[in-house]
Amino acid sequence: MTAPTAQRLIVTASPHLKPADSTPRIMWNVVGSLVPIVVASAWFFGISALLVIAAATLGAVAAERAFGRGGSLADGSAAITGLLLGLSLPAGMPLWMVFVGGAFAIGFGKAVWGGLGQNVFNPALVGRAFLQGAFPVAITTWPTPGGGFFTLKGDLFVAPFVHPTVNAVTSATPLGLLKFEGKGTSLLHLVLGTTGGSVGETAALVILAGGAYLALRNYLNWRIPVSVLLTVAILSGIIHLADPHKPDAMFMLFSGGLMLGAVYMATDMVTSPVTNLGRWAFGIGIGALVVVIRIWGGLPEGVMYAILFMNALVPFINRATQPRVFGTATRRAA
Amino acid sequence: MAISLGFRHGVHPPEEKGLTNHLPIRRMPYPDEVVLPLRQHAGKPARLCVKVGDHVERGDTIADADGFMSVPIHASAAGTVVDVGWWPHPDGSMAETVRIKVDRYAPHIPRPRLVPHWEGLSAEEVVRAVQNAGVVGLGGAAFPTHVKLTPPKDATVHTLIINGAECEPYLTSDHRTMVEYAPRVLFGIRVMMRSLGVSRCVVGIERNKPDAIAAMIAAVPPDLDVEILPLTVKYPQGAEKMLIKAVTGVEVPSGQLPVTAGVVVQNVGSVAAIAEVFETGLPLVERIVTVTGHGLRRPANLIVPVGTKLRDLLAFCDGVTPDAAEVIIGGPMMGQAQANLDAPVVKGTTGVVVLAREETRHDQSWACIHCGRCLDACPVFLNPSTLGELAQARRYDDMADMHLADCMLCGSCAYVCPSNIPLAQLFQASKAALRRQLATVP
Repeated sequence: MTAPTAQRLIVTASPHLKPADSTPRIMWNVVGSLVPIVVASAWFFGISALLVIAAATLGAVAAERAFGRGGSLADGSAAITGLLLGLSLPAGMPLWMVFVGGAFAIGFGKAVWGGLGQNVFNPALVGRAFLQGAFPVAITTWPTPGGGFFTLKGDLFVAPFVHPTVNAVTSATPLGLLKFEGKGTSLLHLVLGTTGGSVGETAALVILAGGAYLALRNYLNWRIPVSVLLTVAILSGIIHLADPHKPDAMFMLFSGGLMLGAVYMATDMVTSPVTNLGRWAFGIGIGALVVVIRIWGGLPEGVMYAILFMNALVPFINRATQPRVFGTATRRAA
Repeated sequence: MAISLGFRHGVHPPEEKGLTNHLPIRRMPYPDEVVLPLRQHAGKPARLCVKVGDHVERGDTIADADGFMSVPIHASAAGTVVDVGWWPHPDGSMAETVRIKVDRYAPHIPRPRLVPHWEGLSAEEVVRAVQNAGVVGLGGAAFPTHVKLTPPKDATVHTLIINGAECEPYLTSDHRTMVEYAPRVLFGIRVMMRSLGVSRCVVGIERNKPDAIAAMIAAVPPDLDVEILPLTVKYPQGAEKMLIKAVTGVEVPSGQLPVTAGVVVQNVGSVAAIAEVFETGLPLVERIVTVTGHGLRRPANLIVPVGTKLRDLLAFCDGVTPDAAEVIIGGPMMGQAQANLDAPVVKGTTGVVVLAREETRHDQSWACIHCGRCLDACPVFLNPSTLGELAQARRYDDMADMHLADCMLCGSCAYVCPSNIPLAQLFQASKAALRRQLATVP
């Protein structure tokens, strides 16, 4: 026996039961769901893809270690940022640039805002936007997929600030081909991912499978990818009907970074709305911007800017979509 | 049988009712001493009317009701008043408390008392008898029952709703009451319906208590319009506004009392207590308590004298296991963790839950990642994510604008929060801060 002594009793505020889930578990599940995409990227682009992903992740983790709160590496969010950045870069990018991009993503995309949960913009995309501005050539040099697994693509190991000698076999991305050369790409290649592009964005089916897994476990809100993809499909379908020279819906869905962006980047909980209505608005906004940039913009691809722009609107979306409180007649404006 | 449309949102914590939902209610023997706080109900504390050295019989009044929003306190055992002073209260504070040394050899039968033939009484006399018996809501809030029997003059009440949801994990006292004392509950319903002048009554019971539903259906007399309504198993189904929504489909307007929706809600245990007043004349001196948890050796449903110390109660259940970590009065979602086992069972004590260490919350929490799960859990559709950030910034006025007053501290948001942010605690503190602000405004 018997009754516990006062020293052994703990006193917590209600509710007293342990929560069913934890933030690190969510984050590490996202990391786990990215592993098949990493494997697919290695299948398409060989060891170069793995080196790029590793460099981006190392950069992100190193910055989290340097600038983050003690122990913040354990929550897994820095690893996600690094992996997503790596997956959104071309296979031949010099690794020092990739590493700097990873460090920038965490340093300026997250740490300066106050760490986990505080940032407005998706950190991986902040890193990618930085690389786009700093190294516009390297980030748009797209090696051709295939070749031997150990064939290095591009100048991975070039020293910093040395002009790389371009010696990779490159091929334009499907979106680039369409925009600048007016050439299409077969849907089969697009769906299977055997096209030029960033290391992790071509394997659309693997990305969708990862997203479905996360959505089923409630680690990802399905409303965002569904609304992004539906908006892109419907808008581009209408435009294609009006002008058959414009790309059709399936091409738009399976080309470029749309799948990776819609499933993994737009759904970042920290930088997307908290209300379900707001998530629909957020997704529709991203989808519409992607279509506008791709079809009428100067760039072949617009997923990154579409998401970053909608990230900036999240506080307003949240405010405008506050839930109707029980027992009140209307939604309230906060 | 009608179908409940339920309420939106809510959570599904582990039920854990299997520990005790099959155990018949047993009577606990009298402890050596009972300690009776004068504050055991919502409203004004009772006014002491005994002094040290007085001998009291079981059922004697030891403190009188102090006005209409108050009920008397009765001795729960025969014995001698040995002390009147400050004593640990289960709400975590100290409260003025009467300690009675229990007379081992007293027969513990109440003084002979007039059991009024209730059908000869007017509604006012029924209300007075209920107040004099010290009956309060036994579902946890301990709101004086006679006040609920006295709706405002301008309100029309059309339905009496009996709360048999018992949505808190672990607790089974209402469940066992309905299984074992269904006729008594129905008698209490008859008294309440007549006193309120309503012709319709709905008893809401969560579907995880099929034996209680069956027992209640079997006990409904043919001349009473009482419907037994099975409810979805979801927390907080037993919250007053959620129950009304599930039974009638109506949302009680924000900031209003249920009576504005034409209903009065009463807990199953309270109804049984009313029945007892008119069956035996015995005031509320004992109640059914579920003593349970994975940290307890022998869980039980017990009839416990009010004022029994937790220490004695746990000892009667063979004590706690080595991994017992936390003792909670009430259920684990909204109950109060106890720092001192000298605190007594009071009228509002639905259960005593001893949690094992691995069930309890861990200390570490993370920043809010805006996953929005709390918004999908909140049964009154608040935005706990933003409210939590406002609470940490101490922006209490902004919280009031976001309907903090509608938060009933059910804890659903904190239960689903993956970052383990103590949202319910933050909101409770913010409500208190707002009350202090109001109090200092001239």
